[in-house]
Amino acid sequence: MNKILLMILQRFGLGLLTLFVVSIIIFVGVEFLPGDIAEALLGQGASPENVAALRHELGLDRPAHTRYIDWWAGVLQGDLGTSLANRRDIAELITFRLSNTLFLALTAAAISVPLALLFGILAALYRNSLYDRSVNVVTLGAVSAPEFLTAYVLILYFSVKLGWFPSLSNIDQDTSFIDKLHQVALPAITLMGVILAYMMRMVRASIINLLASAYIEMAHLKGMPKFRVIVKHALPNAWAPIANIIAISLAYLVVGVVVVEVVFIYPGLGQLMVDSVSNRDIPVVQACSMIFAGTYILLNLTADIVSICTNPRLLHPK
Amino acid sequence: MSSNDISPPKAQVNRPRRTRLQNAFREILKAPITAKFGMLVILTYGFVAIFAPFLTPYSETEIVGPEFDVWGNEFILGTDGLGRDMLTRLLFGARNTVGIAFITTLLAFVIGGIMGLLSAIYTGWFDQVASRVVDVLMAIPQLIFALMLLTIFGTSIPILIIVIATLDATRIFRVTRAVSLNVVVLDYFEAARLRGERIFWLCIREILPNITAPLLAEFGLRFCFVFLMIAALSFLGLGIQPPTADWGSMVRENAVLITYGDITPILPAIAIAILTLGVNFLVDWFLHKSSGLKDGH
Repeated sequence: MNKILLMILQRFGLGLLTLFVVSIIIFVGVEFLPGDIAEALLGQGASPENVAALRHELGLDRPAHTRYIDWWAGVLQGDLGTSLANRRDIAELITFRLSNTLFLALTAAAISVPLALLFGILAALYRNSLYDRSVNVVTLGAVSAPEFLTAYVLILYFSVKLGWFPSLSNIDQDTSFIDKLHQVALPAITLMGVILAYMMRMVRASIINLLASAYIEMAHLKGMPKFRVIVKHALPNAWAPIANIIAISLAYLVVGVVVVEVVFIYPGLGQLMVDSVSNRDIPVVQACSMIFAGTYILLNLTADIVSICTNPRLLHPK
Repeated sequence: MSSNDISPPKAQVNRPRRTRLQNAFREILKAPITAKFGMLVILTYGFVAIFAPFLTPYSETEIVGPEFDVWGNEFILGTDGLGRDMLTRLLFGARNTVGIAFITTLLAFVIGGIMGLLSAIYTGWFDQVASRVVDVLMAIPQLIFALMLLTIFGTSIPILIIVIATLDATRIFRVTRAVSLNVVVLDYFEAARLRGERIFWLCIREILPNITAPLLAEFGLRFCFVFLMIAALSFLGLGIQPPTADWGSMVRENAVLITYGDITPILPAIAIAILTLGVNFLVDWFLHKSSGLKDGH
């Protein structure tokens, strides 16, 4: 048990280190801006006073390392700075949007993970059957379609033709839970389409891999029912790859939300980030990147830890 | 499936051996319908990309008619919001979008492949440094990283290509390094090294021929990924910029028509999906073939 705890601490430390390096990249990246951010932001016709004022506001008149330390000190106290575009406090700007994005991603995940496991295992069990082959073609199709295609096809049928769901998500602080679910339906289905297909393919592949091992054949030969073989023998060893697949898919969700949020004008973090990129609102882009990268690192970390915990052999690397 | 090509012994035994080309041709004929579909799609897109200017009377940025003209009048697929011919822009999109994605993937393979090969050969500090750098780069979601870099460097096509190629090279680095490491430990490679062959020879003549199959499959997969990513960025308005005809931004520009039940804005997205699907089908078949794994009963 101690060993596992030590391993978790180690991984966690490694994750923090990665996040730290990422923050340096995000921060230093801005330093490489050709010319001066203040000039770039204000355009060519800006007066020298304006440029100097903006430089002071951005802290560009101080050396880079003190700015970096100040930025971290601010982040640790929950102060992410202010947006250049509308002068609002970034932490305040982000909180509501982050909760919306999490709501969307979690809704999509809660439905697609169990479905992917079920369909993936079925496809592995009846492999090369008609069901398996059609699953292969359909999932490849779903993986190949860009998210905005799925999104617009859904809008065309369920919103414009049938009128069941709104084509634009209109969510504010007072929206009730049921109403939110209704609003989030089409974006969530779009996201599900991609990760469901991806997860199913991976689950199928990892189960097929397992079913080829000798001990599974042994279980079959001694006359165990097929279902029992899967649940008792295959699944315990499949948890590690499956946990990995789920974590990777959720990490994919983190990125997938960006396009989907823009299509449905969903008030989330991805939409905010895209807007800020077009406005070159650098503090907001930095904050959003840190949140996205942090979530991504955390998910990959969890996958690592789960797969090591469920497979004691990985605790003793050769 | 493969049992019917064992022909019965004939009178003349020493027929000339089949050439590689003939062998490849026979394999293609035996390919499943999905793989044939993939090849057909790729050939068609290639043809359209090369001959786009000869397939349509207009140029990609030319305003030829009224705005949002309907299908079938004078213009087969109508016109877009500025009165440019939809079909023309779709055809030119094959050249711009696919061309840029292809160049990006090639560049990513050059960077990632060379670094991967060197890492496999110089397993020392070089490998350590390169691998750790790649670890960190891969810890940031690619689309987010690309968005950040595009904020910093601005959006132009050369920058887009370099940014995406560099980010994607990390994946290729890992694959190339992993498959090359299997070759580097073999005896014939050791022999070549002891003969004192140069690094260039080691890479080109000793390693590359043995890792072509996995790299080819990877090329297909990476191309799909890069293609979808550039399409997504253009759709977000941060990739290929107007007035260049590009499938991602065409969807965005015409998206308003969706609310009137018009499917025109979806056409470029469908063009993207069909090409990705074709490449995926082909890679699927190729992987199945080259791995020799036929998970049968």
